[in-house]
Amino acid sequence: MAEAYIYDAVRTPRGKGKSNGSLHEITALSLATQVLEAIRDRNNLDTSKVDDVILGCVSPVGEQGSDIARIAVLNAEYAETTAGVQVDRFCASGLEACNIAAAKVMTGEADMAIGGGVEAMSRVPMGSNGGAWSSDPSVAIKTHFTPQGVSADLIATKYGFSRDDVDAYAVESQKRAAQAWAEGRFSRSVVPVKDQMGAIILGHDETVRGNTTMQSLAALNPAFQMMGDMAFDAVIKQRYPEVEKVNHVHHAGNSSGIVDGASAVLIGSKAMGEALGLKPRARIKGFASIGSEPSIMLTGPEFVTAKVLKKLGMDKGDIDLWELNEAFAAVVMRLMQAFDIDHDRMNVNGGAIAMGHPLGATGAMILGTVMDEMERSDKETALITLCVGAGMGTATVIERV
Amino acid sequence: MNLETFNYSVDADGVAHVVFDVPGRSMNTLTAKVMAELPQIVAAIRDDANVKGAVITSGKASGFCAGADLGEMGSRDTSGMSGDERLKAEFERGFSLNRTLRELETCGKPVAVAINGLALGGGLEVCLAAHYRIAASDNPRLQLGLPEAKVGLLPGGGGTQRLPRLIGVMAAAPMLLQGQSQTAEKAKAMGIIHDTAPTAELVEKAKAWVLANPNAKAPWDEPKFRVPGGAPHTPAGAQLFSMAPAMLTKETNNNYPAQENILKCVYEGLQMPFDAAIRIESRYFLKTAATPQSKGMIRTLFLSMQALGKGASRPVGPAPFEVKKAAVLGAGLMGAGIAYEQARAGIETVLVDVSQESAEKGKAYSQRIVDKDVSRGKLTREKADAILARITPTTDYSAIAGADIVVEAVYEDPDLKARVTRMAEPHLREGGVFGSNTSTLPITGLSAASDKPENYIGIHFFSPVERMGLVEIIVGDKTSQETLAKAIDYVIAIRKTPIVVNDFRGFYTSRCFGTYTQEGMEMLAEGIAPAIIENVGRQAGMPMGPLEVSDSVGLDTALKIGKQMARANGTEYTNDPKGALLDWVVEAQGRAGRKAGKGFYDYGSDGKPTRLWQGLGDKIEVTVNECPPEMKKELTHRLLVRQAIEVSRCFEEGVITDARDADVGSILAWGFAPWTGGCCSYMDLFWGGLRGFVAEADRLADAHGERFRPGQMLRDMAASGETFYSRFGPDMKAAAAA
Repeated sequence: MAEAYIYDAVRTPRGKGKSNGSLHEITALSLATQVLEAIRDRNNLDTSKVDDVILGCVSPVGEQGSDIARIAVLNAEYAETTAGVQVDRFCASGLEACNIAAAKVMTGEADMAIGGGVEAMSRVPMGSNGGAWSSDPSVAIKTHFTPQGVSADLIATKYGFSRDDVDAYAVESQKRAAQAWAEGRFSRSVVPVKDQMGAIILGHDETVRGNTTMQSLAALNPAFQMMGDMAFDAVIKQRYPEVEKVNHVHHAGNSSGIVDGASAVLIGSKAMGEALGLKPRARIKGFASIGSEPSIMLTGPEFVTAKVLKKLGMDKGDIDLWELNEAFAAVVMRLMQAFDIDHDRMNVNGGAIAMGHPLGATGAMILGTVMDEMERSDKETALITLCVGAGMGTATVIERV
Repeated sequence: MNLETFNYSVDADGVAHVVFDVPGRSMNTLTAKVMAELPQIVAAIRDDANVKGAVITSGKASGFCAGADLGEMGSRDTSGMSGDERLKAEFERGFSLNRTLRELETCGKPVAVAINGLALGGGLEVCLAAHYRIAASDNPRLQLGLPEAKVGLLPGGGGTQRLPRLIGVMAAAPMLLQGQSQTAEKAKAMGIIHDTAPTAELVEKAKAWVLANPNAKAPWDEPKFRVPGGAPHTPAGAQLFSMAPAMLTKETNNNYPAQENILKCVYEGLQMPFDAAIRIESRYFLKTAATPQSKGMIRTLFLSMQALGKGASRPVGPAPFEVKKAAVLGAGLMGAGIAYEQARAGIETVLVDVSQESAEKGKAYSQRIVDKDVSRGKLTREKADAILARITPTTDYSAIAGADIVVEAVYEDPDLKARVTRMAEPHLREGGVFGSNTSTLPITGLSAASDKPENYIGIHFFSPVERMGLVEIIVGDKTSQETLAKAIDYVIAIRKTPIVVNDFRGFYTSRCFGTYTQEGMEMLAEGIAPAIIENVGRQAGMPMGPLEVSDSVGLDTALKIGKQMARANGTEYTNDPKGALLDWVVEAQGRAGRKAGKGFYDYGSDGKPTRLWQGLGDKIEVTVNECPPEMKKELTHRLLVRQAIEVSRCFEEGVITDARDADVGSILAWGFAPWTGGCCSYMDLFWGGLRGFVAEADRLADAHGERFRPGQMLRDMAASGETFYSRFGPDMKAAAAA
């Protein structure tokens, strides 16, 4: 089987996902188009050699509907022969898109492909696409459907993370993101978003708050207490009777932010890279996805990590850098606890608590982030993973070449 | 048309009058005959060119229609048909009411219904299929509702579709899922009916509406119809439908297929045109009716409750016994409650205690209840005063003179009970009954104090008396059948449901109920986390976790009983890990339960449990901290099978002799998971026959101890394919009496 190499990765800065966010005036199509243009232009890419573009998008309705990947390919004026497909694995969609691109390269279906994602959450709100899980009693009742925030609180309760613990994690995430920006650590990947005239409308992640403190977070009320009290604590106790009382610790300050953004990662075979005069930055060693218990929902990273490491014959000690999407503080803390991972190796430049989580785009964004960091700090391997809705996990292991 | 259950006539204005009047019944129900005649009526309205429209009403003063005939249900025989063929034949039968009502609704002529009294279940569904509904404003007993869910069924005549389309899902949910019913006034405000009028004017107004609205159509047959409040996957409805399954889980612990299927009908049906929606409803109706939960709940919570409430366990010979005057000895919590229930039922009540102050205090209990009812508008001041006037608090036993019955409710002390028996008995009228309210003391022993032990009987009330609907009647060795009949008549007179048991230690309810808390203690002693025990108990459908129940009973009481029982068996209770633990909690830690404000739980100032007591961890090593589904299933079986096995032993020993008494008693007395239909139904219906239950009990006995081991009687029944209802059910009883 062919090897899949990463040649480049770009992302937009993340704009606050509200009507007063900087990217609210930019269409989802434009965000996706701009990252495809950037990856083409900075690599002098002959797009006729790009077989497929796979974009993650979690709310594929309205302007994000009907295969936004193909529409963005057309809008970016790629070769007509470049296909496009939109995928949805909830929060891991962007990483799944990269894994699919890599798999296409490995099997020889494609020689060069792009994985990435787009989510304009200020324009197409989360949940716009409905779905059966929460509302069809046939499945909701037997799987104990619970909103993610309550699930994250359950993880904190079950694994012993207090409000102070999760808040401390969030303070550190903000500090790291602010420092990374200050030191220009994201400058290789971030491409500023241009407005309709071509002027830069946003060049930095909009939600970073480096001055966040324990005191400022302490003022925030638990965001999921009410939902828990209304019904979902009772629901989740059906599956976890060991829990006497759910400790609701998560709030807007220690959960991932709602933002707009897009990402793209160029993945291809060694031969095509050489033919196009591209220099590989990393190799995709392997990847995996897994299903996990759906009501606690967000413990998938633990199981998919074990799965992918076993598949690759690797040990946790073989991983230099860990990148786990900061959906909720407790999710990251649980993986660190389960694998005894030092915080110094986990999300070293902060994560979605500080910078936000544009659902379909995040996976490819953090893959680029950790690849940059491997180069900056001269490390060899990294594992990227995300917790996923409905109880799943997706992970990818990369190494420098 | 040759009709038996309806009168059909067409008046001079071309309005058909359909009068629902099932012969030989005090109340209309949807009998098989009604179901056969209804399509003929619909055809006549539709096809007769002289008919401009129709008015449907009832010929019964008792009301419009009480719904399906539950006695007739479940008697269908579909054996012999193969899978798909059988399902389709079932559907044809199950869909017939829906088809007929839909034909009525779309007959092209206006149909109005004049609702003169209660319309429940299928009765209300008939009304909802009419185009116009007007109900009596002057009938306080008029109730409109869909109570199917309460007996494990779903409204299968379009109720799950028409009601939410009429008033929105939010307003319809409590009616569909909890069986909440509405008065005429409330129903009008909610939009369930169009208007109200005095009974005498109902038909006339309905007819006027029919003549004025020749082009009547159901709202959902209008092209631009939208479900009020939003359908699933609409912006308005999305959030509501995302909360609904969770709310249902919180309410029901997912133990009731009827409620789940009702919600499925609403979710799936509201996304469909009406004709498809009612097909979906009928499929779920049939699926629900085939569940053991539905069979058990209809039988116990409807048929058996009704039968026992009418005296099914009463010996037939003795003449009816009318209680005009009754005395209660002991004005404590139980005595005060019994006095209130008697007075409320119109019985002259003498409430005796050792001091006038205590007796007055007992009467004050009734005062508090009626005052609350008056303030809530549930009772008029006159009626409240009349109730209170019937209670005479006194210290004077001679005030009992001429009483038809005396119920003693003094402390559980045999000597004290003997003393008050001797003081009260001489004042009873000739042939009067002496009842002892005791939960554990053997009746035969107590009756030794009586000069007339044949008139002495156990009448065991539950606390709080005014809220608990069951009374356990204990027949002593010397109690006569006549006394039993009288006691049952008394219990029915005060509107409680009597069950009859024989005189063994712990009788029936106390003995079986105790096994639930004992199994909880076993689990605790094994190192299972208390939260797991409590959550699994509640989620199994019990009203409280076993540890919370223990707290309510009193841990000191539990310790005392445990020690007594161990001594009787020649062992030392504290050598048992459960005994040692309980001894430590009560004696060393001083935690006697809820009344002490501390037990297995900590309690707030309102007497409600706040958290499980963390200190338990100092004594027991919790080794089981997780409860995945397989373990939850195992613990659930332990808690429920343990109780059921005890019930089977009660049958084997002769403590109880009728499966209806056992089932109704298990639910009403100690809250045995109502979704099962009671302990006997749990054994009969949920394991593919008793053979399956015996196998599971044996497995549990092998894994956890002999307390689960089935007795010989149960094994024999399983081997011969019997059930509790075939051996101890009403048919056997009737056969034995004949």
